Amino acid sequence: MCPLISVSNLSKTYASGFVALKNVNLDIKQGEILALLGPNGAGKTTLISIICGIVNPTEGTVTVNGHDIIKDYRQTRKMIGLVPQELTTDAFETAWGTLRFSRGLFGKKANPKHLEKVLRDLSLWDKKDSKIRELSGGMKRRVMIGKALAHEPEILFLDEPTAGVDVELRKDMWHLVKELRNSGVTIILTTHYIEEAEEIADRVGVINHGEIVVIEEKTELMRKLGKKQLTLELQQSLDQLPAEFRPYNLELSQDGRLITFTYDIHAERTGITSLLSQLNETGIRLKDLKTTQSSLEDIFVTLVKDEPE
Amino acid sequence: MNYYAVMAIYRFEIARTLRTIFQSVVSPVISTSLYFVVFGAAIGSRISDIDGIVYGAFIVPGLIMLSLLTQSISNASFSIFFPKFMGTIYELLSAPVSFYEIALGYVGAAATKSIVLGLIILATARLFVPFEIAHPYWMALFLVLTGVTFSLFGFVIGIWADNFEKLQLIPLLVVMPLTFLGGSFYSVDMLPPFWQKVTLFNPVLYLVSGFRWSFYEVADVSVGLSLAMISLFLCICLTLVWWIFKTGYQIKN
Ligand SMILES: Nc1ncnc2c1ncn2[C@@H]1O[C@H](COP(=O)(O)OP(=O)(O)OP(=O)(O)O)[C@@H](O)[C@H]1O
Ligand SMILES: [Mg+2]
Repeated sequence: MCPLISVSNLSKTYASGFVALKNVNLDIKQGEILALLGPNGAGKTTLISIICGIVNPTEGTVTVNGHDIIKDYRQTRKMIGLVPQELTTDAFETAWGTLRFSRGLFGKKANPKHLEKVLRDLSLWDKKDSKIRELSGGMKRRVMIGKALAHEPEILFLDEPTAGVDVELRKDMWHLVKELRNSGVTIILTTHYIEEAEEIADRVGVINHGEIVVIEEKTELMRKLGKKQLTLELQQSLDQLPAEFRPYNLELSQDGRLITFTYDIHAERTGITSLLSQLNETGIRLKDLKTTQSSLEDIFVTLVKDEPE
Repeated sequence: MNYYAVMAIYRFEIARTLRTIFQSVVSPVISTSLYFVVFGAAIGSRISDIDGIVYGAFIVPGLIMLSLLTQSISNASFSIFFPKFMGTIYELLSAPVSFYEIALGYVGAAATKSIVLGLIILATARLFVPFEIAHPYWMALFLVLTGVTFSLFGFVIGIWADNFEKLQLIPLLVVMPLTFLGGSFYSVDMLPPFWQKVTLFNPVLYLVSGFRWSFYEVADVSVGLSLAMISLFLCICLTLVWWIFKTGYQIKN
């Protein structure tokens, strides 16, 4: 199946000379939830802004449903709804008024029924006639989501939707996102929080310094996450591991003092007990041992830090 | 053409005017009325007629033009500057609309506002000074052309300005002096010959002269020339908008 959004060789250099994106390649599939993770200034907003038409790319192309975002901007933008990172709304407009405006702006005929549904889904119906400046921050963010959904987009971009949002509302939001996905909407969201990406996404991409460091199915990442490592420090160094340890797939360090055993915590038998007793039988004496878990957090941290520990 | 988008912008802007009706309608009407009171009733009776017209009536077309010009510019420039300033411009940029549709929505709304305002001032003036309009259709034509042209001009200023000072700069330093020296309060042949020549370089003169002719059939320059000049300004403003669009306007990174 061809991708719904295809980003190829995309680069962005701002007028200040700052290079915010370096040769980014990315395919987004129809109907998936993609989470983009990355530290402050990684280029997440820049990437989204280019796809939505707010920032001009310096190099490279983006197609949405086969249409070029610059040449065929009418086709591509009609399909997209954007909830930007910053809360920017017309303070004096009502919630209802601003949704109606958004729908019109995206070229759709007025449809009060749809707007009512959107506002109800966002628990904003009782606030529909309130001026936006009279709403709380969390409500404003929901109004922004409502604006993005007003024209029934097939693709929804959420740029840090949970910044400044309480736990309760966050749950509601994820519920809504899942419902939208079930109705066929493709969702791309950015976040700083790994748990969020884990909870909601089908696929996770990590951006750092304007480059996509990794992009993978979440289940694949979870499999890595499910791995644990047991590191054994030996009293005497070994030149080579005895043959009977081959089934354990052990790794011996260069100096022959450390053995690393990678195992699956979800497995019924991890093999730790048998490994230890076998080592004992062979007469290999241990000095110390430790276990480490490579969490998504670790993967993330090692990926985004310039010098891994 | 994204008709719904143009209408959405237009409606949004009209709604904004109605929300701020005091500032956008009542206050210019009151301030213009003060001119009618001061120059029409109070001082006007001591000033002799110009071209056979009572001074109070003579200044009516010029004052309407003055309001029309300044209101068109300030309405249109503010309407596009404000979304840039607040950040709500993101939605316009991400919407399936062309720059022309955006311009049409904002300029259309600004022109509507200032033309309606011009008509209100006209009606108000009638309360203070008696006058007749000789050529109502010509009057309407000048009103519409001027409203549209200077709303376009204001839109260009609003796109260009990236801070409040720049937004005020041209209206204050260029437009204000030109409107005051454009023959709103006097007839050009009351000036010394040298200044008469200089005044011919003032574009506002042609607007005021044409507009006044539609009232009283007296003019500083011929009505055809007035019409030609305003059409020329309209073309210049359209070209400016086109040029801004071509060269990448100042709202995108
Ligand atoms: N208009 C601009 N001019 C110059 N540099 C910019 C501009 N906008 C963003 N940048 C720079 O580009 C880089 C990427 O910014 P971007 O907003 O895409 O990051 P981000 O990943 O969204 O960060 P955050 O998590 O903080 O939202 C930053 O270093 C930022 O300073
Ligand atoms: Mg960002």
